[in-house]
Amino acid sequence: MARKGRGLPPEVNAGSMADIAFLLLIFFLVTTTIGVDQGINRLLPRFDPNPVVPNINERNILTVLVNKDNQLLVEEKLVDIKELRQVAIDFLENNGKGVCNYCEGKRDASSSDSPLDAVISLNNDGQTSYETYIAVQNELVAAYNYLRDRESKKRYGMSFTELDYIYNDPATRAVEGLREDLEPKVKKIQEMFPMRLSEAEPKKN
Amino acid sequence: MSKFKKKKSGELPAISTAALPDIVFMLLFFFMTATTMKDSDLKIENTLPKADQTAKLHKKEFIMYIYAGKPNERYRATLGGSDRIQLADKMSSPSDIRQFVLTERAQRNSADEKYLTASLKIDKNVKMGLVSDIKLELRKVEQLKVNYTTTQGNPVKE
Repeated sequence: MARKGRGLPPEVNAGSMADIAFLLLIFFLVTTTIGVDQGINRLLPRFDPNPVVPNINERNILTVLVNKDNQLLVEEKLVDIKELRQVAIDFLENNGKGVCNYCEGKRDASSSDSPLDAVISLNNDGQTSYETYIAVQNELVAAYNYLRDRESKKRYGMSFTELDYIYNDPATRAVEGLREDLEPKVKKIQEMFPMRLSEAEPKKN
Repeated sequence: MSKFKKKKSGELPAISTAALPDIVFMLLFFFMTATTMKDSDLKIENTLPKADQTAKLHKKEFIMYIYAGKPNERYRATLGGSDRIQLADKMSSPSDIRQFVLTERAQRNSADEKYLTASLKIDKNVKMGLVSDIKLELRKVEQLKVNYTTTQGNPVKE
């Protein structure tokens, strides 16, 4: 029937393929954002209408106050935010009682007994800016991370931050036994330097 | 005379554009894999603060976003100039967070629920009063995993 019985089928014109691809490309450029989100992970305490006031010795608490002008008061002394990290590290691993064999602190009798007892209490004003709050959080987390990483590297040859990320990644569930293998390690380091960061409700004015 | 004499045909040969679609497709696939979809149009200013002790957030399906900040210039007439919360596309008050979290939870299966994290994208100029209201609401619905989403950088000014 066809006029050319055995001829090749006519070639499809692909000239507009580039236009279609460009169109798609531009669509994706406009509707998407590049980059992965990151931030400071935190576990909030459970809501309790009448919280129990724990009995903690004064020397085991590092009080950090932030006022409405974003100034820091640590243990009643005005401290620059640059010094906060070192102050927190010194406080956490002070080891006043001498029961912590992995601490390298100064063993000052007026500072914390051991990392297990040490509590950092953070208090901000309602007018404190979020930027300062995050900076303070960042420095305190950095102090914990420094100590945990040091211990984790010594024991498992891997930083704690890395260990914890893999442990908490939902993709890890797919690998048989990996989670079970990491769990005791993560728990152990967390036990050695428990993150006890207490936040008071900001004062309303 | 010479064999190597240039032809005086003047016309330049046409550049072949046959590989153009391939190049564009390559770019397209790059952008499709390297980027994520924008989920909501922000009606508020949202400059995140800086931090460097950060962890990467896991996959998007385990995250809900809570935004806060001052309304943008062009919405300021209708929304006012004080700090506001935005959930998905709506301007909200702290009391709406409860319903928002419950809806987000209902959209996921129960196995994924414990991985669900609230990503707090809060402008750096927001006052802590509003932030603690958000945190209190989250605690009341037992959404305890939060992430203070930040940009990478040193928060301590030099």
